[in-house]
Amino acid sequence: MTDQSALARPAAQTPPQVNWFSRKIHKSETFRAYAVLSPALLFLGFAILIPFAILVVLSFWTPVGFDFNREFTLKNYRDIMERPIYGTLLWRSLWISTMATVFTVLLCYPMAYYVAFHVHRNKMVWIVLMTLPFWTSYLLRVFAWKVVLGYEGVINSGLIWVGWIEEPLKFLLYSPSAVIITLAHAWAAFAILPLYVSLEKIDKSLLEAATDLGDGPMRRFFRITLPLSLPGVISASILIFIPTTGDYITPALLGGPNGMMIGNLIQMQFGPTNNWPMGAALAIVLMLTIAAICAAFILITFFVRKRIT
Amino acid sequence: MSDDSYISIQNVQKYFGSFCAIENISMDIAHGEFFSLLGASGCGKTTLLRMLAGFESPTKGEIFIDNQPMSDVPPHYRPVNMVFQSYAIFPHLNVHDNIAYGLRKRKLPKAKVTEMVDEMLNLISLPDYGNRKANELSGGQRQRIALARALILRPKVLLLDEPLGALDKQLREQMQLELRQLQRTVGITFVFVTHDQEEAMTLSDRIAVMADGEVMQLDTPIGLYERPVNRKVASFIGTMNFFDGVVADEAGETLKIEAQGLGPITAPANPSNKAGFYKGDKVQVAIRPEKLVLSAQKPDAAFAASGRVQNMAYLGERSHYLIEMDGLDKHVAVSSQNLVPGASLFEMGSDVWINWQSDAVVVLERN
Amino acid sequence: MSTDSYINRPNRPLQVYALIFLIVLYLPILFLPLFSFNDSIYVRFPMQGFTVQWYYDLMARSAVWAALMNSVKVGVAVSIVSTVLGIFAAKAITRYRFFGKEPIVIFIMLPLVVPLIIFGVALLVLFAQLLGVPLSLYTVAFGHLILCIPFSTAVLMPRFEGFDPAIEEASADLGENAWWTFWRVTFPMILPGVVASLLLCFTVSFDEFIMAFFLTGTDATLPMYIWGQLRFPQQFPSVLALSSLVIIGSFIIVLLGLWINRDADMTKTKAGTDA
Repeated sequence: MTDQSALARPAAQTPPQVNWFSRKIHKSETFRAYAVLSPALLFLGFAILIPFAILVVLSFWTPVGFDFNREFTLKNYRDIMERPIYGTLLWRSLWISTMATVFTVLLCYPMAYYVAFHVHRNKMVWIVLMTLPFWTSYLLRVFAWKVVLGYEGVINSGLIWVGWIEEPLKFLLYSPSAVIITLAHAWAAFAILPLYVSLEKIDKSLLEAATDLGDGPMRRFFRITLPLSLPGVISASILIFIPTTGDYITPALLGGPNGMMIGNLIQMQFGPTNNWPMGAALAIVLMLTIAAICAAFILITFFVRKRIT
Repeated sequence: MSDDSYISIQNVQKYFGSFCAIENISMDIAHGEFFSLLGASGCGKTTLLRMLAGFESPTKGEIFIDNQPMSDVPPHYRPVNMVFQSYAIFPHLNVHDNIAYGLRKRKLPKAKVTEMVDEMLNLISLPDYGNRKANELSGGQRQRIALARALILRPKVLLLDEPLGALDKQLREQMQLELRQLQRTVGITFVFVTHDQEEAMTLSDRIAVMADGEVMQLDTPIGLYERPVNRKVASFIGTMNFFDGVVADEAGETLKIEAQGLGPITAPANPSNKAGFYKGDKVQVAIRPEKLVLSAQKPDAAFAASGRVQNMAYLGERSHYLIEMDGLDKHVAVSSQNLVPGASLFEMGSDVWINWQSDAVVVLERN
Repeated sequence: MSTDSYINRPNRPLQVYALIFLIVLYLPILFLPLFSFNDSIYVRFPMQGFTVQWYYDLMARSAVWAALMNSVKVGVAVSIVSTVLGIFAAKAITRYRFFGKEPIVIFIMLPLVVPLIIFGVALLVLFAQLLGVPLSLYTVAFGHLILCIPFSTAVLMPRFEGFDPAIEEASADLGENAWWTFWRVTFPMILPGVVASLLLCFTVSFDEFIMAFFLTGTDATLPMYIWGQLRFPQQFPSVLALSSLVIIGSFIIVLLGLWINRDADMTKTKAGTDA
């Protein structure tokens, strides 16, 4: 290394003229990243954060005719706590979407497992086949179940036609089970993808090692495959639980009075009932409940996994 | 800074967050030089090269190219071009369009561009390859096209980021020769990054050996090999035997040293070491394996020591020995050329003598 | 790859399960086109005979055509805008290290998970309360953008991850600025992803109902029109016909999009697990 280079360099020629912005862009990667991100970020920030803020403010108001009483009050939240209808619907929503989540994950896991471990050629074809219905209209998929489960629908009329039953089965339509079946079907793709990704990542030689060390297929599955695919199970559960809790199309078309969920109530506040502040408060309560349950779920699984490993 | 400095790196530092990639580097590179940055992965050599190209900017310090400060100049205005490690051939363009890519801004007539591209294709010995698709090329061909694409712009400096790393051994050796030849033909300053010390030695006029974001030594290949400044450089370039020692006396150009396992020896006061050594200093004595000579009988030499052959490997043109010596807890490596067929091979377990010249000894600081 | 290693040896029950799974996945949807050709206004077995009368009915209704045009307008606008924004977002997320990346990715992907009813009512309040904007196709498109930007970003991220960043650096190194580098290198490289994003976002917007429900003014989109018709039992067959056309159209567009983008493995990106 030469020591001379530490000496002062003669006054350099003027650098090419570059303005402040492009100099920043050139020098700071974070600046560059945010400059490139800004269009999407600004839009989503504006379209998500501001409406939410307004929703929060609105939930502390009360309706007066077609206008609002802008005085701060906790009345809406108190009502939600005190009047049983809200609690009942919230609980039912959580119960229905928990059942839908459990069913979906249980039913999709073997499918994801099959594609990850037993399909060797054209895996993408299988993945596309499994996720294709997800891209089509949610409304129409729910509508299809109405056609299938209806009082005079495919199942009932089909069973009567072949003579297995005399009367239509009433429990099929307008019941919580109809909602659960439909939700599980509609959100299958959301479960398949994360499950598949986590299963596909498992190093096959780990399974061979477990077999080599004396585990049979069942023990191997419970000791190796299942624990390693747990992240996929967790994200699949969350990905289904959150959106289904707030669903209102499925209960509206298939739920009947006993299958109504919190989403229907929110929709009614902004529609026929015309009590927007109450609707806003319900939406906020719904979000907070979902967030709390997901946080609890993630924490529990985190500690359980820590204890296992 | 020396007068013929063309690239001048002055007190450059680079942090990624709190991680220090470049400690504080200053160096000058002359015009027309084939200059190598050599070091293990993570030593900061690629970061330094990317700062020359403009893809990273120094946290502190300044880089001058042809007397122009570079820190405010974005990559597309810099008078340098780069050959990427992955070659970064544009996969959607054919060979001609790849090579002509940088000429768009010059607004040359089409015929002129084709003429220039054809000239480059001849230079890299791939004539008539213009219409090939990028995915129809072998590794060596991609490497040449990456070179041509950069050289057609006549950059002041060509930066090469381990361009031969992806090639197999034979092709790599052939490309090394071609690269050196090409650099002499075009006369452009090359800055070459590699982790392969042999490659750096083969190609370079001068080499900067880097470790942990610092330049350990900047010297010619001969200087690095014969006069390493510390143990890291000495063991990174080739193989080296180290012995602990204490300076017994300093007398002008030579040092008298009491070395473990070798006894009292003399060594030149290493001129490349800035710090002089004084009586009582704890030092390290280093000798290259091929500078140790083996003999069955006690040799008639100023410096010699005895030991036993502990292990031996016959490699054809040379043999490697590990010699066990009294009073030394590690083995001494000796490499001897097999000049006479069958002769001068020593059996395992046989007693041998080693001897060496005084000027084969390098004295280093002990740490 | 050997197909008969011990771990991967064929598992008959699982194969049967996979087959049943696919059948159950598609069967309900396939009943719609099946009954749309049934010569009866009742959707029940036994079927009464083949007819295309319901499709003829459909063609004759101007409201259907109007709703179709509305949905196409919204879908085209939304797919273009969200793809442009998605290109920027995917580029920034895949190419740069920067402070706050994780939370920002989660924020962008949030609309894929949060119940859309919440966005629906929140935007309704924004437009009606704060801005005083009348509901129209513009407000519907605005809502759909929230949903389609994360979709577009998720589709494009594997495209960016799929090509060597050094290729863009090489362009800068050879003298092109960001604008020209984008058009000469980046855009051709991500083009299949861009087309896929346009097609998929169009489908998502075209089929979206929940936000449209809250944000539609007097001009109905196609799903809104279908929703309105569901109340009338005598309209059932024509709704079936319309639904069949919409579903088949969606399938074709989505398959086309996925086929064009087939070399980008969308299950290998972070978006699959992050959201």
